[in-house]
Amino acid sequence: MTDPVLELSGISKAFGPVQANKNISLRVMPGTIHGIIGENGAGKSTLMSILYGFYKADSGTIRIKGREIQIADSQAAIAAGIGMVFQHFKLVENFTVLENVVLGAEDGRLLRPSLAKARAELKALAEDYGLNVDPDAIIEEIGVGMQQRVEILKALYRRAEILILDEPTGVLTPAEADQLFRILARLREEGKTVILITHKLREIMEITDTVSVMRRGEMTATVKTPDTSPEHLAELMVGRKVLLQVDKVPATPGKAMLEVENLKVTDSKGVERLKGVSLEVRAGEILGIAGVAGNGQSELLEVLGGMRAGRGKVRVEGAEIDLTGRNSNGQTRRARGIAHVPEDRQREGLIMDFFAWENVAFGYHHSAAYNRGLFMDNAALQADTTAKMERFDVRPPNPWLTAKNFSGGNQQKIVVAREIEQGPKILLVGQPTRGVDIGAIEFIHKQIVTLRDQGAAILLVSVELDEIMSLSDRIAVMFDGRIMGERMPQDTTVQELGLLMAGMNGKAA
Amino acid sequence: MDKMPKWADVVLIPLISLFLAALGAGAVLMATGHDPIAALGVMIEGGMGSSRAWGYTLYYATNFIFTGLAVAVAIHARLFNIGAEGQALLGGVGVAVACLQIPWPHWSLAVLGALVFAGLFGGLWAIVPAWLQAKRGSHIVITTIMFNFIAAALLNFLLVEVMKPAGVMEPATASFPEATHLPSFADMLGVFGIPFASDAPANFAFILAVIACVLVWLLIWRTRLGYEIRAFGHSETGARYAGISGVKIIVIAMVISGALAGMMSVNNVMGEAERLVLNSSEGAGFIGIAVALMGRNHPMGVFLAAVLFGFLYQGGAQLSFQLQIPREMVTVIQALVILFTGALDQMIRGTLERAFLAARKWRA
Amino acid sequence: MDFLTLLQILDASLRLATPLLLACLAGLFSERAGIFDIGLEGKMLVAAFLAGAIAATSGNVWLGLLAGIGASLMLSVVHGLASITFRGNQLISGVAINFFAAGLTVVASQSWFGQGGRTPQLSGAARFDPIIWPGAITKIKDLRKADPLDQAYSELLSGHAIIVYAALLLVPLSWWVLYRTRFGLRLRAVGENPAAVDTAGISVVRLRYSAVLICGVLCGIAGAYLSTALQAGFVKDMTAGRGYIALAALIFAKWRPWYALYACLLFGFLQALALRPDVLEKAIGLKVQVQLLDALPYILTVIILAGFVGKAIPPRAGGEPYVKER
Repeated sequence: MTDPVLELSGISKAFGPVQANKNISLRVMPGTIHGIIGENGAGKSTLMSILYGFYKADSGTIRIKGREIQIADSQAAIAAGIGMVFQHFKLVENFTVLENVVLGAEDGRLLRPSLAKARAELKALAEDYGLNVDPDAIIEEIGVGMQQRVEILKALYRRAEILILDEPTGVLTPAEADQLFRILARLREEGKTVILITHKLREIMEITDTVSVMRRGEMTATVKTPDTSPEHLAELMVGRKVLLQVDKVPATPGKAMLEVENLKVTDSKGVERLKGVSLEVRAGEILGIAGVAGNGQSELLEVLGGMRAGRGKVRVEGAEIDLTGRNSNGQTRRARGIAHVPEDRQREGLIMDFFAWENVAFGYHHSAAYNRGLFMDNAALQADTTAKMERFDVRPPNPWLTAKNFSGGNQQKIVVAREIEQGPKILLVGQPTRGVDIGAIEFIHKQIVTLRDQGAAILLVSVELDEIMSLSDRIAVMFDGRIMGERMPQDTTVQELGLLMAGMNGKAA
Repeated sequence: MDKMPKWADVVLIPLISLFLAALGAGAVLMATGHDPIAALGVMIEGGMGSSRAWGYTLYYATNFIFTGLAVAVAIHARLFNIGAEGQALLGGVGVAVACLQIPWPHWSLAVLGALVFAGLFGGLWAIVPAWLQAKRGSHIVITTIMFNFIAAALLNFLLVEVMKPAGVMEPATASFPEATHLPSFADMLGVFGIPFASDAPANFAFILAVIACVLVWLLIWRTRLGYEIRAFGHSETGARYAGISGVKIIVIAMVISGALAGMMSVNNVMGEAERLVLNSSEGAGFIGIAVALMGRNHPMGVFLAAVLFGFLYQGGAQLSFQLQIPREMVTVIQALVILFTGALDQMIRGTLERAFLAARKWRA
Repeated sequence: MDFLTLLQILDASLRLATPLLLACLAGLFSERAGIFDIGLEGKMLVAAFLAGAIAATSGNVWLGLLAGIGASLMLSVVHGLASITFRGNQLISGVAINFFAAGLTVVASQSWFGQGGRTPQLSGAARFDPIIWPGAITKIKDLRKADPLDQAYSELLSGHAIIVYAALLLVPLSWWVLYRTRFGLRLRAVGENPAAVDTAGISVVRLRYSAVLICGVLCGIAGAYLSTALQAGFVKDMTAGRGYIALAALIFAKWRPWYALYACLLFGFLQALALRPDVLEKAIGLKVQVQLLDALPYILTVIILAGFVGKAIPPRAGGEPYVKER
């Protein structure tokens, strides 16, 4: 048996009271693709950041090819042959591909020879690994798939032997992801070692040789991929059988509450993000929008929620609403009975430095219940917050804590409580359980279903196919700013949805 | 968990900053061959030792309350208004127009009129940078700096070419009519039989400044507009989600800010000089930055910091009078306060947070 | 207006543009690295003071220059501490530095020389003398009679202090450093996306400090030029807003060296015109308000900032302290 190329033993790291990594040991064999899987917040990224010199571990050792090393900074990691492709690319947007590759790995003080050498080497790398990129293209003008290749090229140019990819497919279409996997397989053939961090079981099963599972900062298991199953891995990830099915009775859709007709959105760069979306949500049903992140779902929610302007027609209970943004915004939407749980609670749904009670009024601060004449009725607001916190089991139930002092799940509960308790006719929900712990996920799902049963029309956007499958009464798939098709959850499969998400229409092979 | 108690954030950090600034100022004094303790004595005597001293201290403080509130309101909307100086200059023009063009029957009406004009002129001067920030994304710090210079040039032009009475060399307006003169502290306290130095410039405008503090507090923490301003200041994307118009908030916050800065002129132009001269605001707009930072953008804090700076200003004048230490010493202190409370805040905060964490661990 | 008068104005433009150009390039290095610096004014001011003071006491202008650079560097370090090490607000730090300089220079000069905030008049070796090029005509009487080419050579090209020529040379040099060297690539990268630089294994902190220090050196030269070349000695507040005009020029130039030269020459020209309102009046037959000329650089900058004449896009990471994150 060969020796591991990378060996971690007893790695621990705490951020204040939070133990992000607990006594982690890991052996990665050379020439393999090693998956690391775990829920959001399981500590995967922290571990990789330690490997790349971003954080210093509190204890533990790192061995590369049997030799113990200290990784004090990224420089040391690069020198040790580690390359990292971050979830959010670290590219200089207005530089060329070539300049980005060369940055930090120049030969000598002058630029010209470095660039010439890199140009030649990129050509060689492109041939070796099938990584074709135009070296003179400006980063901001090429697509995300290409940008990711640049990141991989950067690592290879620095002679990386171990390539770590952190959630690499989050921004890719399934087709792009397949291309990436082909590249990774090629890298494995050439003897490189790949560490793939993901929370998607499908990817692990598809490409990895070995998989390690992380849960709550601990490494709970390492198994050969062929010897395991998605169900088994899921159980290892969450520590118990996962209840993917949400308890709910079949929907009894009523009249059309929200009608969207040929909706178009152009962003500030002039790119059309919605290219004529039409859909309908009826009272008492949940319409789930599936799709890879960045295919227009966010824009759809934002237009409907009054956060940005669009063109086309949107009718609420038969009456057309303004889309230009001139006579409408989040306030006028709320007045029409549209509530909105936004995709990003920290940047949108909450003011992190506001007290919980101030956040409970957020968006509804003009409502009569929270005001008395010229001034806001803070006492009423605080009482209301206390009541909401109790009903939604927000912990700690203290209205005088600022939002940033709650965990992700409790923050989300505050947002959901605020929006649902307004008794909306229409609820827009984006990524309701992103970064939320399992217990809170179930609770939030239940609240959404209860609201549906009370007759509200619910538009759910999520990049988690499982969530879409289990929560929706009807599923629409978005790709490239369009609705690719609609399916009933009981009549479709993840595979079929995946094809639609990749922009492939119909029941193709 | 918060890393340290709120009182430390609100009280301790400003005090430590002030202490560090005092140390720095002391070092400068020592380096220039003065005795810092003696200098402090002179300042205390000259800034607080008599009713006349208080009359000057509170006069300056009145200026700084207005400009401090101006900067603070803008900061709540995450706008760094360096333009309070220019807005105060324009407010002075407004006061001069009000006092010279309208025949007021009594000062009580004149002061209301002057407030409106000062606020209007100052607020309008802030609208262009605000609008450019809101609509075109032009950085408001740079535009307000530019507008300070443009305001100075404009005032210069107005005084030299337009508002100067014929046959006078000095670039200044005519003196305001008797009916617009504001009662001084001596006048006001005299009603109650309390003696106060009659040659001190503190006047009715101080009461207006105190009222402004209360109104700003109500605005920021009790009204929907204040809620929206703070929400926008904390998170632009959040504000967009909640249906709070960024353009509206930027423009309104800057107009309020500019108006407050402009209203300062009711104190210095109407209450003291009783005419408009070049550079009438004498840097009070900039001191407003230090005052707002030190007062943690809270009207109560602004009030206290303004009185402190009023004292420094008056005490500094005594320093130059008695010890031949230039008045600019106050500018040095002001700079150090801005540096420690504004820019090096993290240095002090970080150290304190570590201290509190250590203390908590030790107790646990 | 005759040709010689025009030359004289252009000559003055060049002299007045020099401190703007140096400060503008200083700001360019700092802001290209992502550190906003509205403290150019203050750095120039302390440099002007200390250069003037040391030149006056030592009688050696070069010592004065060094001292000026040193003083400016001290404030650069403060700015670096505040904005890089302690991740404070770069704008507030700049404001503090400007006030600190405005106050300290007066307090120090008063206690040192007791002349009401000025340094003694400089002369001889305590001042940068104009460099007369070979064959240049120096007597105004002869100059009037000379042909235009000789006039241009003698009046415009010849007869400037060495710093003027150095500043002009700094323009291509800055361009070369920014676009043709490893340091320049990294510097531009750190102002656009420090995370890219950090993950490439380069120290963001070190790069940004180097940029801030370069800024300090250039501001130091600019300040020293004011008190030892443009004028003979330091007077209180002698920068007179030049740091802000340089900032305006930097925006005008969209953070590029050659454009910085053009912007500074333009603003220098406006300043030169403001000194000769009589000429302007004769030339265009209208009385132009001096105040308008004073305000023109600021008004132009606001128009540029408003994006009505080409959008000025600052370095993307400008003003933001870098915090490591995934």
